[in-house]
Amino acid sequence: MSFFGLDCVRKREREEERRLKANDRDYNLSFKYATNAIKTSKYNAITFLPLNLFEQFQRIANAYFLFLLVLQVIPAISSLSWFTTVVPLILVLFVTAAKDAIDDINRHRSDKKVNNRKVQVLINGELRSEKWLDVQVGDIIKLENNQFVTADLLLLSSSEPLNLVYIETAELDGETNLKVKQALTVTGDMGDSVTALAAFNGEVRCEPPNNRLDRFTGTLSFAGQKYPLDNEKVLLRGCTLRNTEWCFGLVIFGGQETKLMQNCGKTTFKRTSIDRLMNQLVLCIFGFLAIMCAILAIGNYIWELEEGSKFTVFLPREEGVDAAFSSFLTFWSYVIILNTVVPISLYVSVEIIRLGNSFFIEWDRKMYYERSDTPAEARTTTLNEELGQIKYIFSDKTGTLTQNIMTFNKCSINAKSYGDVIDYSGQRLEITEDMESVDFSFNPLADPKFQFYDHSLVEAVKLENTEVHAFFRLLALCHTVMAEEKNEGDLHYQAQSPDEGALVTAARNFGFVFRSRTPESVTIVEMGTQRVYELLAILDFNNVRKRMSVIVRSPEGKLCLYCKGADTIIYERLHQSCSKLMDVTTEHLNEFAGDGLRTLALAYKDLDEAYFKEWKQRHHEASTALEDREEKLDKLSEEIEKDLMLLGATAIEDKLQDGVAHTIEQLAKADIKIWVLTGDKQETAENIGYSCNMLREEMNEVFIVAAHSPEAVREELRKARTTMKPGAEDTFVSKTILGNTPKIVADETVSGEYGLVINGHSLAYALEPSMEVEFLRTACMCKTIICCRVTPLQKAQVVELVKRYKRAVTLAIGDGANDVSMIKAAHIGVGISGQEGMQAVLASDYSFAQFRFLQRLLLVHGRWSYLRMCKFLRYFFYKNFTFTLVHFWYAFFCGFSAQTVYNEWFITLFNLVYTALPVLGMSLFDQDVSDSWSFEYPQLYVPGQLNLYFSKTAFAKCVLHSCYCSLVLFFIPYGAMYDTVRDDGRDVADYQSFAVLAQTCLLIAVCIQLGLDMSYWTVVNHVFVWGSLTMYFVVTFTMYSNGMYLVFTASFPFIGSARNSLQQLNVWLTILLTSILCVLPVLTYRFLLIQLQPTINDRVRLKVLQAKAAPPPPRRRTRIRRTSTRRSGYAFSHVQGYGDLVTSRRYLHRPAKPRSSGFTPTGRSLVFNPTGRSAGYSPTGHNQSPKQEVEATSLQMYRTRDMSF
Amino acid sequence: MMASSYNAKEDDGHHPGASGPGGAAANSKKPDNTAFKQQRLPAWQPILTAGTVLPAFFVIGLIFIPIGIGLYVTSNNIKEFEIDYTGIDMSSPCFNCSQNFSWNSTTPCKCYLPFSLDQPFESNVFMYYGLSNFYQNHRRYVKSRDDSQLNGDSSSLKSPSKECEPYRESSDKKPIAPCGAIANSMFNDTLVLYYIDPNGTRTEIPLVDKGIAWWTDKHVKFRNPGGSNANLTASFQGTSKPVNWNKPVYELSTDPENNGFINEDFIVWMRTAALPTFRKLYRIIQRKNSMTPTLPQGDYTLEVTYNYPVRSFEGRKRMILSTISWMGGKNPFLGIAYITVGSVCFFLGVVLLIIHHKHGNRSSADIPN
Repeated sequence: MSFFGLDCVRKREREEERRLKANDRDYNLSFKYATNAIKTSKYNAITFLPLNLFEQFQRIANAYFLFLLVLQVIPAISSLSWFTTVVPLILVLFVTAAKDAIDDINRHRSDKKVNNRKVQVLINGELRSEKWLDVQVGDIIKLENNQFVTADLLLLSSSEPLNLVYIETAELDGETNLKVKQALTVTGDMGDSVTALAAFNGEVRCEPPNNRLDRFTGTLSFAGQKYPLDNEKVLLRGCTLRNTEWCFGLVIFGGQETKLMQNCGKTTFKRTSIDRLMNQLVLCIFGFLAIMCAILAIGNYIWELEEGSKFTVFLPREEGVDAAFSSFLTFWSYVIILNTVVPISLYVSVEIIRLGNSFFIEWDRKMYYERSDTPAEARTTTLNEELGQIKYIFSDKTGTLTQNIMTFNKCSINAKSYGDVIDYSGQRLEITEDMESVDFSFNPLADPKFQFYDHSLVEAVKLENTEVHAFFRLLALCHTVMAEEKNEGDLHYQAQSPDEGALVTAARNFGFVFRSRTPESVTIVEMGTQRVYELLAILDFNNVRKRMSVIVRSPEGKLCLYCKGADTIIYERLHQSCSKLMDVTTEHLNEFAGDGLRTLALAYKDLDEAYFKEWKQRHHEASTALEDREEKLDKLSEEIEKDLMLLGATAIEDKLQDGVAHTIEQLAKADIKIWVLTGDKQETAENIGYSCNMLREEMNEVFIVAAHSPEAVREELRKARTTMKPGAEDTFVSKTILGNTPKIVADETVSGEYGLVINGHSLAYALEPSMEVEFLRTACMCKTIICCRVTPLQKAQVVELVKRYKRAVTLAIGDGANDVSMIKAAHIGVGISGQEGMQAVLASDYSFAQFRFLQRLLLVHGRWSYLRMCKFLRYFFYKNFTFTLVHFWYAFFCGFSAQTVYNEWFITLFNLVYTALPVLGMSLFDQDVSDSWSFEYPQLYVPGQLNLYFSKTAFAKCVLHSCYCSLVLFFIPYGAMYDTVRDDGRDVADYQSFAVLAQTCLLIAVCIQLGLDMSYWTVVNHVFVWGSLTMYFVVTFTMYSNGMYLVFTASFPFIGSARNSLQQLNVWLTILLTSILCVLPVLTYRFLLIQLQPTINDRVRLKVLQAKAAPPPPRRRTRIRRTSTRRSGYAFSHVQGYGDLVTSRRYLHRPAKPRSSGFTPTGRSLVFNPTGRSAGYSPTGHNQSPKQEVEATSLQMYRTRDMSF
Repeated sequence: MMASSYNAKEDDGHHPGASGPGGAAANSKKPDNTAFKQQRLPAWQPILTAGTVLPAFFVIGLIFIPIGIGLYVTSNNIKEFEIDYTGIDMSSPCFNCSQNFSWNSTTPCKCYLPFSLDQPFESNVFMYYGLSNFYQNHRRYVKSRDDSQLNGDSSSLKSPSKECEPYRESSDKKPIAPCGAIANSMFNDTLVLYYIDPNGTRTEIPLVDKGIAWWTDKHVKFRNPGGSNANLTASFQGTSKPVNWNKPVYELSTDPENNGFINEDFIVWMRTAALPTFRKLYRIIQRKNSMTPTLPQGDYTLEVTYNYPVRSFEGRKRMILSTISWMGGKNPFLGIAYITVGSVCFFLGVVLLIIHHKHGNRSSADIPN
């Protein structure tokens, strides 16, 4: 939304306590609280120019060039005319200012849009439609359904019973589940009576504005009474009202002071490692520049003493200038001349290249997700090359790796397996999207989204196969799902876990529709006929039992127990008669598990009426027992859940996002380490680890760290490390602990593949300063790390840990609000867009819709960006050093007088016009190998991680290369022109001809070097290179023409020199010689490298050449199949099931309401949302203690509230 | 010189039928399927392979060596004669003149340098004066001129540019024309060449002083104030001659076409040299006919009117006689450089070929995947 991600304004002074009176504007105005207008823009029409310029000159580069400009206007040292600096500087300032202006105009626009939204405000006893910006603290406003909350409000009354309102907080914390707020009864009683509300004169005293979303304290004084206020009674700006017809609220915080705006915080400015290196290099270059100038100044001093003092006959000194002063002036003159070693256009070009590469990311159709119409988005344009250097990826699980969708995939019923599609030859077919799915039209209540491909199961249902019916009846009855039927036949299930939802939905489609429940009954539609089963007991799921059972009485009066649970648990409780069936089913279960599916076994048992009656009695006693209640209940369950009859097994797929396994495999090949950080429980996380191929059966060992004390955690980590690397206990740790500055932990290699799974508790200990290095070392020895049950803060801590001790680039990818902290902490944050709210995306640097696009982002775009940036920098430094150093050599022949070699116009235009486009073209379009080959050989990514393409060594090589080239570029023309005349006897060795020769040589030499560097010559590159060369000659001849001279005599004194020298054959022979000499060593060196130490890059390129540029052969996509141990996933939520709730009457008030008010809920239903995560998350990320393990689901919140009714 | 290949257009992997550039839904955010945006522009992808680099080396070698030999031979065929007449040595005929030099002397000091040519100089012969250790490329020197003034601009004539300091105004506050250090230091020795017949008679060799400057300089860059036909003396009214000069600029020559700012000796001088050692064209000795050499073998005398002081800064003055060729004057450097580079290329080619044979299979080895 428009008001996100923007800077907030600091508070002017600290406010101790907020006091306000409802409907009393005069009183409230006296405190000068912020109005509800927001302002995120920086400038206005008048302040733009001075402010923007001020900001721009705060950058070192710009300030440096301003300083140069000042030097240049001092006549005594001005070795170059002012325009050589002014032209580029103005261009740079202008481009930046234009960009800033556009940004700010957009901000103005969005501010205006938000500020001009309308809301109904109660003024003078009547509701008036006002703009948001006119709303004041203390106003009472009326919100209607689906409206944005205008400001932070104290909820007064609502249309719903019990003064409840439902809000969606997606924009605030990313969670899409609805939350409930409730007004005080005393204010709620006012209802929508305008007169009562207008007369309301309550006084609120509360905390001053702050950024804590989860806390609010205050009191309301009304009618002589004081009422405490908490977060439950406050609606925050940024939320949306849902399922609530109207509500009234009292504005507490407005505009900048709302929690939303307080929270948007400063966006930390991320810089890439190349940026940092570049800054270091620029500093080095400054040093280098100073040294060069000092050498030349000393040279000038000596020259002035030895030669200059005698040459005064023809060249008198200026007054008061002696040798020493002259050398001082020379120093500054050379600073001006040699300033091009730190080129101003470097920074501009770098920005342009990054911007260009960002556009390429956004334009990539292969990162566009058709279904949600989401293209990839580069939200930050300054980090591109870092994408080519990622070493660690931290990934969220739910919503990122998985779709958080469970689908009923296969089942085994009475020794027959369903779900696979088999063709005529008996071959199992892969299920693809265009395959014909089973037609459920016979069932009007079927869920149209449900897809199943095996037709035989439907046949079995239609043939009234008893076991199949019993199977689905069980699925329809044995669960704690809530049904909501908005319109006739439009069923919506609210399940505690997506697994359960999937099972009940499957039953629904196969003709056993769970329709509704009451505490005592379950209504299902069995093959078209409605039947009501009496619900006698729910023996609920918990982590120990790993199963749940229901006991129902059928309409015919038959008692039956239905049980579903983990296969191992169920198998222990089966009747002997099923042993044969067990064997076959076990086989099926193994098969399902091999496909990475989560399995459950289903069983039933007919009960004897008398026995049940007696059991029920004991059960009732146990449930009211004061001592050992749990134990007694468990025992009773144990007693009745035995001698079960096996019905079959279900297999549920926790649907991975498309292509996750393949992506992970590719990234692993590129030597990128992937850590999964998930809030999910261990079993689920492990399961996903296996199904996306991060954990493999053939791994030597998967360590599981789940201890409850620091010592135990340390012990387990140690043990894991000694297993991986026996006898490798070294002195490293102590050193790190002693040293204050963080050391870099080197990578340790181990033989074999290991995995590490660590849970949140242990992680909290492992992240303590005394143990973090230990943890990091162990973790980095493993191939796969999965951290489960971690809090958002821990996610960020893990990222920080790796950042601190590893000199590596990290990337965090996630989709939810709980990933924001890690996305912000990592070098690069990637948000999965179009899923859970917007928070992750808004905090991210890049966003796209599917995890698999990460592969393309890194292996193609990242690699290219890095390659391009490095090539650009290497070339740019080479070009400018070569250009500049020629002046240095010339100094020895011109009395160190700061005479330039080239014409001033050439100096001005060299970087801006003659060489800008070719190098830009290279850095925008270059690719070493095409994208498909990049995927074919992910190893191509490794050089980026090792910083091979641009480093200090590479820079040193550039400098050496430039030194050589500049020597060639000066001394070859020198030798060729020494005492030489033209072919008509006239002079050609004059200064101007020499300048023309030297600059032409230079330009051609750097162009050839560019051609050698460029590996991808598109039309654009050809146009740029040849165009620039042509441009050089055109511009040169134009500037040296008669006309230009006659009009601007003083500016173009080079008249005729181009014509007179470039028509000479020996001038061209000199140019050819210098060009070849410049290129020769480079060519030899590169060729030798390719021959002797070919890089992966060289090899692949050679291979591409051999393959005649045909796209690589299609990869054999082997279906990942594992013959593995079974991992039975009874994937319920972390909390105990809500069997209790189902049987109690407490929560069932909700379905009745909409009908009574005649109001149809439009949004998501609120009743249950067990998937809601991270309720304890605070976006600031600092308020939580590391050990905090808050994981209150909305259900728990609901429960506690229920108690208070 | 490089292997090349055009990469084929790849399918972009999306359902091709449903989503052409125009076929997409009107407000779909789907990026356009253009070669540019998808980075699929057809491209020439040169890479360095043995098949391209090695031949390139040999070809460069094979081209450069003949060029070098040609250049070298040509340069060697150019006849050049050089005589230093600075007068450093006691024995030098100009020693006295160089010793007794004073700016104020009115009587010109003349010295005579005998020399003999071993070979006849055919075709046109060019006579140069050469100066050494003369920093005509010093920054302060180079900029000490006013191009507008030299271009005949009347306002610049009256108030020359500040760059000309300290040769901007004479001591009596009159503007100097031409102003600046370059003009002020104009070379003003007079060189006359005599041929000594075997029988002892001295004949003066005619020296042509026109056509020694660039056409562009003579006709565009330099113009006299007041137009081409004006009376120069009048035009330069109110200006002062440069401090070191003996006579004002409008008395440099008697030929009105070669006087004032467009005097070619002046123009040649004003084209400052790139290096501290340089030569400038002084006169042309035109060939009389094709039968007799322009300068026959034999004895000559150079008469120098010694006006130009260089000893104070250890400079040297030379007189050079030279013929020219298609590549200009004598300069063996380019020829030698070409031969060297050509040989190096060839040699490198051989070395690389050997290396390629021994180790070349490394790059084509299979890539571990």
